[in-house]
Amino acid sequence: MNLVYAAALAALMGCGLYMLLSRQVVRIILGIALISAAVNFVIFFAGRIGASVPPLIIEGETALGPDTANPLPQALVLTAIVIGFSLVAFAAALALKTYRETGTLDTRELGDAEALGSPYTKEASSK
Amino acid sequence: MSSIIFSAMARLFFWAMLAVSIFILYRGHDEPGGGFVGGLVAACSVAILALADGVPSARGMIRVHPVILVGIGLVLAIVSGLPGLVLDASFLTHQWLEFPNGFKLGTTMIFDLGVYLVVFGGFLSLVFRLYEEVS
Amino acid sequence: MIDFIIEHAVVWPVAVPITAAALAAMFWLRQDIQRLVSMVGLVLMLGASLLLLVTVMQDGVQARQFGSWAAPFGISFAADLLSAAMVMITGVLAVAVGVFGLADIRKREEHSGFHPLFLGMLTSVNGAFLTGDIFNLYVWFEIMLITAMGLLVLGKTRAQLDGTLKYAVLNLFSTLLFLLAVAILYGATGSLNMADLSRILATTEPSAALTLSAALFLAGFGIKAGYFPLFFWLPASYHTASITISAIFAGLLTKVGVYACFRVFTLMFEIEGSGLREAMVVIAAGTMLFGVFGAAVQWDVRRILSFHIVSQIGYMLLGLAIATPLAIAGAVFYIVHHIIVKANLFLVAGAIYRATGTYDLRKSGGLMRTNPLLAALFLIPAISLAGLPPLSGFWAKFLVIDASFQGGENWLAAVALFVGVLTLYSMSKIWIEAFWKAPPGVRQTARPVPVLMLLPIAALGAITVTIGLSPEPFIQYAQAAAETLVNPEAYIVAVLGESAGPGVEIAFDPATASPIIIEESVQ
Repeated sequence: MNLVYAAALAALMGCGLYMLLSRQVVRIILGIALISAAVNFVIFFAGRIGASVPPLIIEGETALGPDTANPLPQALVLTAIVIGFSLVAFAAALALKTYRETGTLDTRELGDAEALGSPYTKEASSK
Repeated sequence: MSSIIFSAMARLFFWAMLAVSIFILYRGHDEPGGGFVGGLVAACSVAILALADGVPSARGMIRVHPVILVGIGLVLAIVSGLPGLVLDASFLTHQWLEFPNGFKLGTTMIFDLGVYLVVFGGFLSLVFRLYEEVS
Repeated sequence: MIDFIIEHAVVWPVAVPITAAALAAMFWLRQDIQRLVSMVGLVLMLGASLLLLVTVMQDGVQARQFGSWAAPFGISFAADLLSAAMVMITGVLAVAVGVFGLADIRKREEHSGFHPLFLGMLTSVNGAFLTGDIFNLYVWFEIMLITAMGLLVLGKTRAQLDGTLKYAVLNLFSTLLFLLAVAILYGATGSLNMADLSRILATTEPSAALTLSAALFLAGFGIKAGYFPLFFWLPASYHTASITISAIFAGLLTKVGVYACFRVFTLMFEIEGSGLREAMVVIAAGTMLFGVFGAAVQWDVRRILSFHIVSQIGYMLLGLAIATPLAIAGAVFYIVHHIIVKANLFLVAGAIYRATGTYDLRKSGGLMRTNPLLAALFLIPAISLAGLPPLSGFWAKFLVIDASFQGGENWLAAVALFVGVLTLYSMSKIWIEAFWKAPPGVRQTARPVPVLMLLPIAALGAITVTIGLSPEPFIQYAQAAAETLVNPEAYIVAVLGESAGPGVEIAFDPATASPIIIEESVQ
């Protein structure tokens, strides 16, 4: 079973990396999102799959029962998802703004930062 | 792109979802739920309004700038950790007041309210940025 | 009251700026109040970091747990000598750059939220320096990333959008590698507390999972810190930001990556005998060389300086790669020296821009005649960066190169010396082009530089001169810091408590920990 999980994660990660190598910014951001999903799964599996009882302390008890799931990876994944979500959302907003400003999201045509103070132009921009 | 039906329903949904979000926030006191989910639902309620009537009218509806909500929320969350620092020598150790009828009031409530506001404000400022100029 | 403040010394350097950031966000529409909150917050943060430094120097490693969760289970904050020094330097730099920002940051940028983002970024930098939990470190990295992206794109120019996009993608990727490393490490050891991990990893057999995790840590932090061959995002984005922001980035952000490397590869993983050392040596040499070569062809002051960040990072990694106490002491000294000098050079670049209206060296000139004070203030960090005596850079380079000779890596020492010469070339290029030569074109008069810009430059220059003229206490401090890094027992005991020395088994408390962790990790 572990091998199946591992193969699925590898596939997910591979898709993400492939998207990351694209020249379209939107695809790059989607690639980041895919990789981040794969990494979240790795955290989840690092906590071992097995027990499926929710890690809630039953009323009257002071400790978790013996076969409850490991709560720590769940907390970690939740944190990572939230952070990943906000960063991807920020990147998407950034891409949108870039598109409105420059009219393109092709990385071959996005060269404003590189052109700024480039050593190869005789009259580099003064900004 | 204004549709009367969408606009009217959006208003309805806005209030309904806001109420649900506050219920979720309250439920998080002892059961699954809480500030994060509540804040997301609340932000969605305003997002619907922004979709229907445009961002300016949604901004007018919540009156304050979303970032101000984030600031207030952060301050609340920090303040909720202070009693623990003073009484228990550990930041964010939450303190509880127990009432005779079994109702408990804790500093977690303030923390959750802070989270609610941070998520609400943070999500909204992003949504507004994305929706603006489109509509 | 005083006791209370001292007892929680490790909390304040994070608590103060985050509170200030929250207050600044609350007054979103009132820029004047934001400015006031920001300045008061920065000064208080400087005070808090000074308090932490003094406390750590007097009482040893400080550690605090949050939310009354006992040490390996909850989130710990811990400050040893290295953390305290980093926090201290952050405090100094934040105040200097904050004051510079008063004169440089435009109304429009302030309106886009400069103050809350700036304070939020400082919070995350201090948090990363102080946390004792590897996952918490990841969280601080992400907060740092999102606030840094906000700051980079503050002016919303096309170049900034483009630069930020590159910055965002590569840094997001780096934090994902970091997170993957954390996940694998957690799967192999069942712990996230760095002190606890240090204890566990000391007795764990080497395995493929641990090697992979270490390699991912190196790659993840490597992108953050700008190691060869992963540094391309840095010179592609840093020069687009407003110069105040470039200065704080240049000073602090890459150094957080370097700090994380130091923490992880001294406390948790062994460099010696794991193949990491060979890799690090090559990376260090590559970082030094390629950074300085990149700088040599540039004409934009900010890009020259950006490439020099990369090149200087190599020296720090050199110290870590050699890994003798002497080398690590040299690297610690180097980090402190570099943060001040590099930020100062960026501030000078801002002043040059104010005076001549351009960052392009081909267009500026004549500043020596029109602005001799600025010329003198430029010389201090420039000479220090190039490593000429008697300034701080000389001692920093001396320590690192001496350590590499003693560590038997003569060729690395040769590379470091060669890079020093090329650094001098770049610095003299700025000197000749911006200050010495007659200005091209008709405009002969330079605009005056406001006092608020010169003041922080002078203050940072004074620190550089102080370190240069009396390096003794600083070197001693760096050696003590290296000592605690090489022998982390004090750190572990401070975080986990007295009973948790090496070899003592902590039974997993059924009340708080999950029972699965131990059983399966053995397999």
